[in-house]
Amino acid sequence: MADVGILATTKAAEQPVAALLDGPRGPKPVRRFSRSNIIIYGTLFVVALYYALPLYVMIVTSLKGMPEIRVGNIFAPPLEVTFQPWVKAWQEACTGINCDGLSRGFWNSFQILIPSVILSVAIASVNGYALSMWKFRGSEVFFTLLMIGAFIPYQVMLYPIVIMLREAGLYGSLTGLVLVHVAFGMPINTLLFRNYFASIPEELFKAARVDGAGFWAIFFRIMLPMSLPIFVVALIIQVTGIWNDFLFGVTFTSSPERYPMTVQLNNIVNSVQGVKEYNVNMAATLLTGLVPLVIYFASGKLFVRGIAAGAVKG
Amino acid sequence: MTISDTRPDAGDRAAARRPSRLFRNLPSKIAMLPLIFTAVVVFLGGTIWTVVYSFTKSGLLPRLSWAGLDQYERLWSSRKWIVSIENLAIYGFFSLIGTLVIGFTLAALLDRKIRGEAVFRSIFLYPFALSFIVTGLVWQWILNPELGLQNVVREMGWTGFSFDPLNNPDIVMFGLLIAGLWQGTGLIMCIMLAGLRGIDEDIWKAARVDGIGTVKTYIRVIIPMMRPVFVTSLVLIGAGIVKLYDLVVAQTSGGPGISSEVPAKYVMTAMFGGQNLGQGFAASTMMLVMVVIILIPWAYLEFGGKKHG
Repeated sequence: MADVGILATTKAAEQPVAALLDGPRGPKPVRRFSRSNIIIYGTLFVVALYYALPLYVMIVTSLKGMPEIRVGNIFAPPLEVTFQPWVKAWQEACTGINCDGLSRGFWNSFQILIPSVILSVAIASVNGYALSMWKFRGSEVFFTLLMIGAFIPYQVMLYPIVIMLREAGLYGSLTGLVLVHVAFGMPINTLLFRNYFASIPEELFKAARVDGAGFWAIFFRIMLPMSLPIFVVALIIQVTGIWNDFLFGVTFTSSPERYPMTVQLNNIVNSVQGVKEYNVNMAATLLTGLVPLVIYFASGKLFVRGIAAGAVKG
Repeated sequence: MTISDTRPDAGDRAAARRPSRLFRNLPSKIAMLPLIFTAVVVFLGGTIWTVVYSFTKSGLLPRLSWAGLDQYERLWSSRKWIVSIENLAIYGFFSLIGTLVIGFTLAALLDRKIRGEAVFRSIFLYPFALSFIVTGLVWQWILNPELGLQNVVREMGWTGFSFDPLNNPDIVMFGLLIAGLWQGTGLIMCIMLAGLRGIDEDIWKAARVDGIGTVKTYIRVIIPMMRPVFVTSLVLIGAGIVKLYDLVVAQTSGGPGISSEVPAKYVMTAMFGGQNLGQGFAASTMMLVMVVIILIPWAYLEFGGKKHG
């Protein structure tokens, strides 16, 4: 989802996005059981069931034993709750010759995630700051180029990047993958920070300049402390985006020992050998989805703001 | 474009007599080096490189021996590529319509000042937090013919019921579509909802005074007013469709046979699986062309009329 919001198109949304999504305005509804209300709630309820269903199926399947799955109904709650599939998915599930479970992929993803997120948010915040307050001849050209680049299908750039990384001796290493994540996360995050810093009153910047503060002093002393919310938004975008990545993980890691979690998960579930253990598969799937899900449900409105910020604002 | 280095210049005017323009505003230029490198070398350079090499005979390794349009001729005479393009067209068409209709309808329903809006919104949006791999694997399980949805309906009494899209070449793309719509509509709903909230309350009052029904107001008044939001959504959905890859890998692996292959997967197989770089470059260049075809009308609509966008 890293590239979701790059578009800075709409002029319709001049108000801050957060305010638009805060909820309906005006008085509370009066008539509660009118016919149209029943239709609205009925439709919403049915659709909500469809959206919630896969998560429910994942959870109940992962808590059943295989015999129960073979005879039972996919939607039925488990008769006998077992956590064995979770343990097996985490510790023993096999990909090729390695049978140490998804934990390996989890730690790989973790090792990729932390430096990628820190580096990309740091670079994007400085870029956004420079682009909004220290423009120079050509800075907008580079920015436009970056934003156009965000629309180019990744497949077009993959092979040249493989060559570049190979020349630098980084192909197949986690460092190489981290650099790729930083590069492809740059458009959306730079846009986010640029728009945020552009909304900060110019007087603040001028006052600091008069007081003799330079590029870095203004950034660290003034801009950083007042831009915490936008950092959180950028963090959410990057963490979910990098955690969910499959394409770069599969292209830029050389051996199965280094596969990130998504790649390993796909290999476990779609492996053709052996008997299919659907409960273990669903436990593994849920484990992989857990990090973004926790972030989503914990961050609430900020997540919405994150995806809407890029897409609607601008 | 306006050259707007006014702010730093205001402070630096006295220092403008420095030897070179290059050193003016130097910290900013240094700070932008990663961005400049990414934009120019990785994005622009990488794209040009691939396009140039798509006209060569590159096989196992890239080499600059000219082949003209050979790779493209081979590409378009390949059955797998034609199937990929057809699949993308089917998926793209229905995904575009489906996402817009469902996204807008849900947003409009949520905008009717209902209770529990936040709960509904989090339910509709959570799939978007999940990866395509997770999405594909869950729906692969739900659509499992022996133990999934089909089996449940049969046990309920309809023994003749048949819904097995993932093993039926004719409808496999719709199996993918169910999962794709589940994952992606929440985002469009959010964008549409933000658009609806941006519409002036007075419009609704005026419509009520004129006695226009709610549905009619949406179709005749609100939707035309939300044109920019729809354009944004279209471009987002369009760019997403061209990239369709992970979902196919997870849910069907391109099968049964080659019936759910897509262009992005064709590129990956040719470049990293088949040691057929030239085909991969040509196919990815065609993907680039598709994106350009999507983006040009948008850029024209968005920036065409105005001189300074």
